[in-house]
Amino acid sequence: MQDLADAVPLIRIRGLHKHYRRGEQDIPVLQGIDLDVRAGDFVALMGPSGSGKSTLLNLLAGIDKPSAGTIEIAGIDIGTLGEGALADWRAEHVGFIFQFYNLMPVLTAFDNVELPLLLTGLTSRERRERVRQTLELVALSDRADHYPNELSGGQQQRVAIARALVTDPTLIVADEPTGDLDRSTGEEVLALLSRLVAELGKTIVMVTHDPKAAARARRLVHLEKGVLVDDGMAAAPLPG
Amino acid sequence: MFVLRLLLKNAFRHRLRTLLTMLGLVVAVVAFGMLRTIVEAWYAGAEASSSTRLVTRSATSLTVPLPLAYAERLRAVDGIDSISWSNWFGGIYIEPRNFFPQFAVDPSSYLALYPEYRLSDEQRLAWFRDRQGVVVGRKLADKHGWKLGDTIAMRGTIYAGTWSFVLRGIYDGADAGTDENQMLIQWAFINETMKARSRGRGDTVGVFVVGIRDPANAATISQRIDAQFRNSLAETLTETEKAFQLGFVAMSEAILLALQAVSFIVIVIIMAVMANTMAMTARERLAEYATLKALGFPPSFVVRLLFGESLLIAVLGGLLGMALTLPLAAGFAGATSSLFPVFRVSETTLLLQLVVALFVGAVAAAWPAFTMSRISIVSGLRHVA
Repeated sequence: MQDLADAVPLIRIRGLHKHYRRGEQDIPVLQGIDLDVRAGDFVALMGPSGSGKSTLLNLLAGIDKPSAGTIEIAGIDIGTLGEGALADWRAEHVGFIFQFYNLMPVLTAFDNVELPLLLTGLTSRERRERVRQTLELVALSDRADHYPNELSGGQQQRVAIARALVTDPTLIVADEPTGDLDRSTGEEVLALLSRLVAELGKTIVMVTHDPKAAARARRLVHLEKGVLVDDGMAAAPLPG
Repeated sequence: MFVLRLLLKNAFRHRLRTLLTMLGLVVAVVAFGMLRTIVEAWYAGAEASSSTRLVTRSATSLTVPLPLAYAERLRAVDGIDSISWSNWFGGIYIEPRNFFPQFAVDPSSYLALYPEYRLSDEQRLAWFRDRQGVVVGRKLADKHGWKLGDTIAMRGTIYAGTWSFVLRGIYDGADAGTDENQMLIQWAFINETMKARSRGRGDTVGVFVVGIRDPANAATISQRIDAQFRNSLAETLTETEKAFQLGFVAMSEAILLALQAVSFIVIVIIMAVMANTMAMTARERLAEYATLKALGFPPSFVVRLLFGESLLIAVLGGLLGMALTLPLAAGFAGATSSLFPVFRVSETTLLLQLVVALFVGAVAAAWPAFTMSRISIVSGLRHVA
């Protein structure tokens, strides 16, 4: 754990502000966030609704732009990237896990996992091999030819995790990954995420409302009204 | 390959909606093709006309005949190669709805001027020898089941009485544009009969057909001909065969304009229908497009997906419409052969049908593609929740 703390942060956020305009009103969502996340960390962002945790996650993932401040990820200030460069950066560095899985309903589990690999220079054969390995990792090899509507919620989320993982991204962002799942299925998904951190050294930032889900993380970050109010370690260590 | 698979699956995600849209497109493409073919059929006579033929008629009216004696004076005009003539016979075969054009012509000179009517030497000689003999186009013979040697009874309207003709020849058109739906009668037979019936009614012709050597001199020769007969009792009006035919088309110009307008209105309607379909499709997939963009796909990928899907539906509908137009046109041609002697779907019309389908597909996708390429990822992802 000490080694982790000493490492150079993978994510370095300084003076981050985000506000939206609604008519004449300027609505602040994030107000001066400073945060470091080290490689291989599993961070849970918590806070009440409207606290800005999802906005922070969107900014980290490069799908939204900060109003002020910097977000450096692996040495790149992503706030300075243009739309095209940011899209390329996301394709290479970010894996997404959504609350409602966001799988393409017309594609099989296999094709859904292959989708982000279309943006890489891999050949068809290399892509297929990579997809097979990743589906094996999430224990869904036998469901490769199934469409999302033929899979349970937990299986769909595992496909989404495989899709997030298949490009071997620098960072995985998860927005309420268990929010649409029952307790036991949610536990399975969280266990899988913990494995990705523990065994593959992945860095995950997860937004959650659920304290039990947050307890799986190594570190809890609390936000309230756009301000970081608590940045501590989780009570429980990473389970296997 | 992956993207093509995605396009196909997306296109048929809502099968009923896609099939109904495609059906609308098929109807529009067929309607466009049929209406265009009708307009083309109207111009078929003018299109099939020869640039080396002039038509000389009475300057007063087409219904006023010219004296046959003009033929010799016409032959003397510089630049003229050959002369023939014809009279509109206007007979009724059994009943008026069997209408087809009948011309009383001078057989040898007329066939010399119209090489596109292909008749075997044997049938040509048989016709020349028989004053009661007639030749008809292949389509007309097929329509009425006429065979060589058959007697065809006609009731005269301009030339009163019952006329009995013997079929001596069936000609084939040199190309698809040649009228195979008319009857050629021996002018001499009609002339002699009319002269015998009432003195002073013979030796007149409806129009002279004038063969010229050089089409470039058509205007000069026309002027020369008309100058010959200026200030006579029967002044002439000479024009190219194409102008003569277009004169008939001009009488129906308003109808043709209406048909053309309708054919374009049909396309505009289906364009609106398809644009609505694509807009609904795009709105339903907002979260999917946002997800694709979040994964790193550029906005141009979303544009390609929407255009690809719209064009795929449009091309399938267009090709189906084109395929259906051909048998429909054939059926229509059979039912209206008396009105449209040449009714065929041209290559240009088929090409235009495909272009129209592609245009509809492209226009329908334009606005949804533009909007979807610009959606914010965050608001698009929020849409799913």
